[in-house]
Amino acid sequence: MLLRHTPEKIAERHALTINPAKTCQPIGAMYAALGVHGCLPHSHGSQGCCAYHRSTLTRHYKEPISAGTSSFTEGASVFGGQANLLQALDNIFTVYEPEVVAVHTTCLSETIGDDLPQIVDKATKDGKIPKGKDVIYANTPSYVGSHVTGFSNMVKGMAMKAEHTGKKNGKVNIIPGWVEPADMEEIKRLAGLIGVEIILFPDTSGILNGPLSGEYKMFPEGGVTIDALKSAGDSIGTLAMGEWCSADAARYLDTNHKVPCRVLDIPIGLMATDRFVDALRIIAGVSVPEEVTHERGQLVDMISDMHQYFFHKKVALAGDPDQLIAMTEFLVSIDMWPVHVVSGTPGKAFEKRIRELTADLPYEVNVKCDQNADMFLLHQWIKNEPVDMLIGNTYLKYMARDEDIPLVRWGFPILDRQGHQYFPTVGYKGGIRLLEKILNALLDRKDRDDPETSFELVM
Amino acid sequence: MISAHDNKAPADPAVIKEKILTKYPPKVARKRAKQILINEALQNETPEITANVRTIPGIITMRGCTYAGCKGVIMGPTRDIVNITHGPIGCGFYSWLTRRNQTDATAPDAQNYMTYCFSTDMQDKDIIFGGEKKLEAAIQEAYDLFHPKGICVFATCPVGLIGDDIHAVAAKMKKKLGDCNVFAFSCEGYKGVSQSAGHHIANNQVFRHLVGNKDEGKPGKYRINLLGEYNIGGDGFEIDRLLNKCGITNNATFSGNSSYDQFASAHTSDLNAVMCHRSINYVADMLEVKYGIPWIKVNFIGAGAAAKSLRKIAQYFGDQELIDRVEEVIAEEMPAVEAVAKEVRPRTDGKTAMLFVGGSRAHHYQELFKELGMKTISAGYEFAHRDDYEGRHVIPNLKVDADSRNIEELEVEADESLYSPRKSEDELKALAESGLEFKGYEGMIPDMENGTMVIDDLNQYEAEQLVELLKPDIFCAGIKEKFSIQKLGIPMKQLHSYDSGGPYAGFQGAINFYREIDRLVNSKVWGYMKAPWQENPELSATYVWE
Repeated sequence: MLLRHTPEKIAERHALTINPAKTCQPIGAMYAALGVHGCLPHSHGSQGCCAYHRSTLTRHYKEPISAGTSSFTEGASVFGGQANLLQALDNIFTVYEPEVVAVHTTCLSETIGDDLPQIVDKATKDGKIPKGKDVIYANTPSYVGSHVTGFSNMVKGMAMKAEHTGKKNGKVNIIPGWVEPADMEEIKRLAGLIGVEIILFPDTSGILNGPLSGEYKMFPEGGVTIDALKSAGDSIGTLAMGEWCSADAARYLDTNHKVPCRVLDIPIGLMATDRFVDALRIIAGVSVPEEVTHERGQLVDMISDMHQYFFHKKVALAGDPDQLIAMTEFLVSIDMWPVHVVSGTPGKAFEKRIRELTADLPYEVNVKCDQNADMFLLHQWIKNEPVDMLIGNTYLKYMARDEDIPLVRWGFPILDRQGHQYFPTVGYKGGIRLLEKILNALLDRKDRDDPETSFELVM
Repeated sequence: MISAHDNKAPADPAVIKEKILTKYPPKVARKRAKQILINEALQNETPEITANVRTIPGIITMRGCTYAGCKGVIMGPTRDIVNITHGPIGCGFYSWLTRRNQTDATAPDAQNYMTYCFSTDMQDKDIIFGGEKKLEAAIQEAYDLFHPKGICVFATCPVGLIGDDIHAVAAKMKKKLGDCNVFAFSCEGYKGVSQSAGHHIANNQVFRHLVGNKDEGKPGKYRINLLGEYNIGGDGFEIDRLLNKCGITNNATFSGNSSYDQFASAHTSDLNAVMCHRSINYVADMLEVKYGIPWIKVNFIGAGAAAKSLRKIAQYFGDQELIDRVEEVIAEEMPAVEAVAKEVRPRTDGKTAMLFVGGSRAHHYQELFKELGMKTISAGYEFAHRDDYEGRHVIPNLKVDADSRNIEELEVEADESLYSPRKSEDELKALAESGLEFKGYEGMIPDMENGTMVIDDLNQYEAEQLVELLKPDIFCAGIKEKFSIQKLGIPMKQLHSYDSGGPYAGFQGAINFYREIDRLVNSKVWGYMKAPWQENPELSATYVWE
């Protein structure tokens, strides 16, 4: 037993987090920044943070993740990090020649009180930022929120580049939230099918699912451009996917540039995708093409074909709020039963939303999302009420092995499998893939466990 | 097949160095010039390199931080101590199971906390009002849940800044709990210039709070400690297998596959064998001064090196029975190694490698490449000091800068009751005269050929330049470097975590490594970089269907 010390009896803990269902803000800011064209993320703090974030993102995406660090030592920690950041910006623009540098803070630079706007302003005045180049930034102290809020803060930093000329550009802003490069690609494909011109930010497709060609480009072709971000203030509206990841940026555009916004769920599963497609149709004033309706029907078809295998199967989930809300709705919509849901990212609305989505189920869901919510607690819940399936990141594999429960890897980080960069889980096509993964896990288990007398060829 | 490695570039190292430096702003270029050395064999001295100095802000470095070195590298592989990270959640999360430390906790009652991540998950109110109360409560909660023998506490950046006295909290809780050894590490990420500072802080605290606490170790006639071996990919298991086979008892490994009791009884062993010089040479010195245990440098990476190291250990103990047994074991193990080497070598001979890892691996792994007939054309360390490059003779002349002064040096003296010299002065002298070198390490530079490039704290831009200009057949570094190198069409082997492979130590490890390198440098995939239409983009005059 790999988690042999986890007891069944649940004791209240107030101070000790064990096996967290979240990580810290800066990694989210770093991932978001990689979705800007020609952007080098920069971590303002000591170099270990940057090394850890790059390592984790690399292990998940299996792609080079470049990022600078201010490399604080004790001196900078005492006297402030301004000199380090000024030097860093100079070196970065000289050596790597990015279009944009996206600076985020760490708990170190936040604790000593480094003022990013002031330092970036000084860098501009001192001529450390070459003409035509940009710096965006976000405050991401690690002792607030989680990787999800860090992502959101950097996306808001992107929205702050928006300008308002008074002349509409006829486009729709889409803020996809923390999803895979493949998901961003799928959102662009769907918008294309529907015939709506969009500004998608961030957009990591083409950057974090790149080809192997014998050439290394620190700044590949993909990503939202600074020009597109500037133009986001002239869009006809914004669709923000996920309250936690995307709403702040959308509301900023609404408040400051009068770009009306709607906050939707991430389009994972049938209903959330329906709402996304419908919203896009309405905001752009177009009709949905038959091709999209056809894809929808395929997902519905698959749900009906295999319903007997997942009907009323119990699921435990760990992950990030926006994703978990969409997944919970999807599971309920196909008659599966989410029974335990844990997210380390705080936010009271989460529990309320999960309770609403599961209100019609014949039991009360275990749900926790504050900073004391961790995978140790999830494991204890499972020991008390076993489940048929786990859905979440790679760290759940220990629990899956100990308790002999099939695991569907989904979310962040996935360190031990491939495919998430290439195959979307958003949209109807994504729904089909997600359902296939769930079914395969359940059917593989059934094939393993069925007695020889009832081992079936046709399922 | 068209290889990505045809058309070797002209390899004048001086030209390459110049080319790399031109891109930098002048101040950066001046600093880097001293850390990039073109190796030349000098008569009696090794050329000097600048190492263990600050990373340049904005330059994409391979290095990590002090916390990573302390919690991740040194204490990470210890299974029965509850390691609590005191800080915001990130540091604990990133050091959770990511180093491929293996441990054998298969005994039914064995404690194993390595699969758990413990953190105080500090929030903004803890930063404002201080986190000591929360830490105290976290230690109590961990104790109530698990009743471990030991609880260790690791400081992250903000803890040092707000001034939480983690040592006082640890001491208070140790007293309160009674049967649990609680101690702490001031390993804030900003201390020092690399992971190396963290190794030092970890080792000092293990030496101070753990070693010497248990006077009974594993039984055996020839008892050693293995220092600086972290059981990445199971290296420690293979070394232990060999030692066992020879009849040598490995009482304590610092710190691969380690346990609380092993550390506690380390002072009872009769010899310290040091693998990773960088991470732990000072512990070997302290064990000698305080308890009278001599140390020798060993290297179990490479079949030849492993054989040599086993012979050194046997020579130290001096019993003919052991010396014969070691020879028998080598004779038993070598044929399989040689057979694989013979099979693989036609495909690896003459190929070139670059190694940029750690503070000993970049040296040790050159042995394995030599056994494959491969030449290391450039190498360097991520966090080494000058002595790891140039040899221990430079230690008295090392400049102690402000960053090094931050790292505590323990003053030790002979323990009143536990000191006992394992060999008399005369015996040591006789052994030295017969060729057994105590406390010796010549460093990496003398082992590298003339004209090779030795580069300290290599960064991403330089790595890319080196690969494009020198076109090695394989590049070895860490996960952050892996995919940028592979995009260039060059296979990249992780030597911190071995990707999915290992063990690479000892004889079985050599076989694994030969096969792995054969696989990597001869994989068909590196021939697929260009599509047929990219190889010949011009439309030719004749068409196939004509």
